[in-house]
Amino acid sequence: MIYEEISAESRARRTLTGTARMLLALKLDGPLLIGLALVAIYGLFVLYSASGQSIATVIRGAIRLGIGAVAMLVLAQVNPNFLRRTAPALYALGIVLLIIVDVTGYVGKGAQRWLDLGFIRFQPSELMKLAVPMTCAWFLHERPLPPSPLTLLVTAALILVPAGLVVVQPDLGTGVLITIAGGLVLVMAGLQMRIMAALAVLGVIGAWVGWHFLHDYQRQRVLTFLDPQSDPLGAGYHIIQSQIAIGSGGVFGKGWMNGSQAQLEFLPERQTDFIFAVMGEEFGLLGLAILLLLYLFIVGRALFLAMQTQDTFARLLGGSLALTFFVYVFINAGMVSGLLPVVGVPLPLVSYGGTSMVTLLAGFGILMSLYSHRKLVGS
Amino acid sequence: MVRGVRIKDHWQEQRLFERRAIVAGVVIGLMTLALLVRLFILQVVRYDYYLELSQGNRVRIEPVPAARGMIFDRNGNLLATNQPAYQLELVREEVPDLEDTLARLVEIGLLEEDDLDEVRRTIRSRREFESVPIRLRLSEDDIARFAVRRFEFPGVDIRTRLARFYPNGELAAHALGYVGAISEQDLQRIDRAAYAGTTLIGKLGVESAYERELHGTNGFREVLVNAHGRPVEKQGALTPELRTKAPVAGQDLLLTLDLRVQRVAEEALGDRRGAVVAIDPRNGDVVALVSRPGFDPNLFGRGLTRAEFNALQNDPNRPLFNRALRGTYPSGSTIKPALALAGLVHGVVNPDAHRFCPGVYRLPGSSLAFREGRSGRHGPVDMRDAIARSCDVYFYDLAHQLEVDRISSFLAPLGFGSETGIDIGGERPGLLPSREWKRRAFKRREDQIWFPGETVNFGIGQGYFLVTPIQLAHYTAILANRGVAYRPRLVRALRDPVTGEVRQLAPQKSTEIKNVTPEQWQVVTEGMIGALRGRGTAAATAGRNMTYTIAGKTGTAQVFTVKRTESLDNQKTVPEHLRDHSWFIAFAPVEEPRIAVAVLVENGGFGSTGAAPIARKVMDTWLLEAAPDGDTPPPSFDGSASPLVTRVERE
Repeated sequence: MIYEEISAESRARRTLTGTARMLLALKLDGPLLIGLALVAIYGLFVLYSASGQSIATVIRGAIRLGIGAVAMLVLAQVNPNFLRRTAPALYALGIVLLIIVDVTGYVGKGAQRWLDLGFIRFQPSELMKLAVPMTCAWFLHERPLPPSPLTLLVTAALILVPAGLVVVQPDLGTGVLITIAGGLVLVMAGLQMRIMAALAVLGVIGAWVGWHFLHDYQRQRVLTFLDPQSDPLGAGYHIIQSQIAIGSGGVFGKGWMNGSQAQLEFLPERQTDFIFAVMGEEFGLLGLAILLLLYLFIVGRALFLAMQTQDTFARLLGGSLALTFFVYVFINAGMVSGLLPVVGVPLPLVSYGGTSMVTLLAGFGILMSLYSHRKLVGS
Repeated sequence: MVRGVRIKDHWQEQRLFERRAIVAGVVIGLMTLALLVRLFILQVVRYDYYLELSQGNRVRIEPVPAARGMIFDRNGNLLATNQPAYQLELVREEVPDLEDTLARLVEIGLLEEDDLDEVRRTIRSRREFESVPIRLRLSEDDIARFAVRRFEFPGVDIRTRLARFYPNGELAAHALGYVGAISEQDLQRIDRAAYAGTTLIGKLGVESAYERELHGTNGFREVLVNAHGRPVEKQGALTPELRTKAPVAGQDLLLTLDLRVQRVAEEALGDRRGAVVAIDPRNGDVVALVSRPGFDPNLFGRGLTRAEFNALQNDPNRPLFNRALRGTYPSGSTIKPALALAGLVHGVVNPDAHRFCPGVYRLPGSSLAFREGRSGRHGPVDMRDAIARSCDVYFYDLAHQLEVDRISSFLAPLGFGSETGIDIGGERPGLLPSREWKRRAFKRREDQIWFPGETVNFGIGQGYFLVTPIQLAHYTAILANRGVAYRPRLVRALRDPVTGEVRQLAPQKSTEIKNVTPEQWQVVTEGMIGALRGRGTAAATAGRNMTYTIAGKTGTAQVFTVKRTESLDNQKTVPEHLRDHSWFIAFAPVEEPRIAVAVLVENGGFGSTGAAPIARKVMDTWLLEAAPDGDTPPPSFDGSASPLVTRVERE
């Protein structure tokens, strides 16, 4: 074992460039890092335009990006075995915090998503975005795959309890994302196709039942998605204006800071959830295609890294993190372009604000740790 | 291998994961493709559609109000113009607490409690981001008061805009009228689209009658707006071309009024209630149109608080009431020249025959006594004396001989009972009684009969007969011109403010009386000249130190009905507001009349003392004082440009 490690390092020292050696020492993956950096820089340029040339906003965005990068760097150093062992504890802590948030939210009569720790506002639901797939991977790590029915049920419970707690906050979007993050662990663990099909049927029925439990504003989002024109100045306004923005951008766009929809404030949430439309208006189909290709590269690289890992925990968690990232992209781009209902999911690495950027980069940090420590994993 | 006990097969699990990862990769590729297809549809297939939508979003049409035309008197003196005025404006969305802000504005005296409802209504009717005027007409003091506390009022600020300004204040207010906020009533008579952006509209007088000419044509400009409708400067590369159309300023009005004459007339009336109308008989030009008390039209143009408006509205002297056009009064003796003419035309009287005035008149077969006014008895008088000395008995008898219907039908062409047609409108027709009128006017049968005694009263302009000051001035102009008269007018020309081109308005002949012979005119005119000479009623007042020949007639209109059998010397015993109204009509110079004046002083007592001196001052000013810019003759009949016009153009 030790011999192997030394041998690998010594070989690397001989063949790799200085930069690559540094990346290796920092346990970071170069290609993935480049992909993330390109998207982030692209995003900052768009943010400058979307915020009405506010350099202050761009700086704040960059600071947030820096915090995420630090989180990524730190997590990349953490031994996967430690991550695996602490996953259940993290999960338990998350559940407790979610309950506290729900209770205080109930007392305070209104939406409650964060805990005020005095120096920072902390969203337990963000923690759960990572803790749930980690715990699922931990749980499946020891068990034979594809999962047995009992394993499946327990895993499902591990996913749905925190997801349910988030949905009642109420934060349907994050609840769905947590479910997807956990579900993707199961899918990568070899969840049987027939079970997936059955779940799909159940999902349809569940949606029909769930409709009656949705808040008015959530129902409205669905209805408006189905027919935006029905309420052009109300709930449909976001979708109509974002489609106008994207559509009027054409192939090459109106040019940086020349998007009238964005610059003249027709486009709501243009710095956050709808920044994809700003890109579409100012950089056109070309700009969006480049962005999507960058995302594809990131996801592809992340999947590749996950495939290279040696143990179940690493594979499942890595696969889930990679795919969840894409789900973010797809939901945001789909909602802004009118393919999906508006569910308040930010565009990864580009949308301004929120803690999701930190969570995402932390996820990539974990992924890099899983990859760079792959030879040590096993026991 | 025992069923139920599964052993973890790492190699197989790795294969499973790899398969899943590949499937996931394919699914991801397909989903990305779906996104790209969707984007292709939006950005390529439907590009034109969305581009058009994005353009339409951004342009708003904003009206640009035209500058209102200015108004000048006949000598080029400015009567009405536009001036920047300061006003307090509020932007709703920038005000943290509207009620608190309004309350504090009341506290520092910039708003009045009574106006708050109005202010709230105005604010509600506009959009959140619009700047709404909440207080017009700020004084220097107000501005200073607000300026030091401005920081306490976010969303409230002082703005300037063009307001109507009348440099001469109250002078000629009733002729000019005023401008005020567009009311519901106004909206019904104007084209709303043409008035988009206009906030003020002419309300009375020239301002109202010539609204169309003064208003001009509003322009517009397209402005780039954001989603909140707020104008923005920022423009992108694909900015649509913004169109603008410049407004066309309203036309300037050149009035017939002579500011000097107007001022003299108003000052002569002073604090008394009354009216003065002076007409140039050669063309109908109204040289002075006075109604007192007046008001300051500037108050309206810059906004009036409710309290101020109520004060004007409820003033017992009724300053808003245009007595010159709308006040109807008994004509008193001023009608006697017309009666005399009627008598001559119908041949019921010989002008040279002397009749004896015993101071009282009795209808044949009646015990009713009709007494003389003040002068007791006149002894033997012919027609000229009767006019000059205003002998009631002579005209009682003349009226009796003429009969009411012959009087009415003779008076109608002289403009009584109908509007003179003055170009600013708003006149009342007065009342010209006749047998037919009485039949229709009264319900009870016994009231519908015309009594002979009523005809007798008609002879001295009492009873049902009612005239307006403008009617009397018009009638005087007919007397001056011996049967010919023009429609009274206040506006004689319109001037294009850009090119300076002046369009003269031709005088319109409105009356031509042909059944009176020159000799008959002469008799009456001589009677009226006599009124200002020797023993004439106005000899001591209007007739003193004449340097030109005046023909005039006094009149005393009863307010308080006293029986003719009683003493008429009521000036000391009845309260002021029930005293007689004082009339005087005159034209001059008799040889070639250039002015015809009618003066009314409400409760002014006898015509000779109340009204006549005012008429004299007016005539002196018009006839003797040179126009400020050399002796400028008024425009001639044919409407050709006079030197005055060129002078105005130069300004």
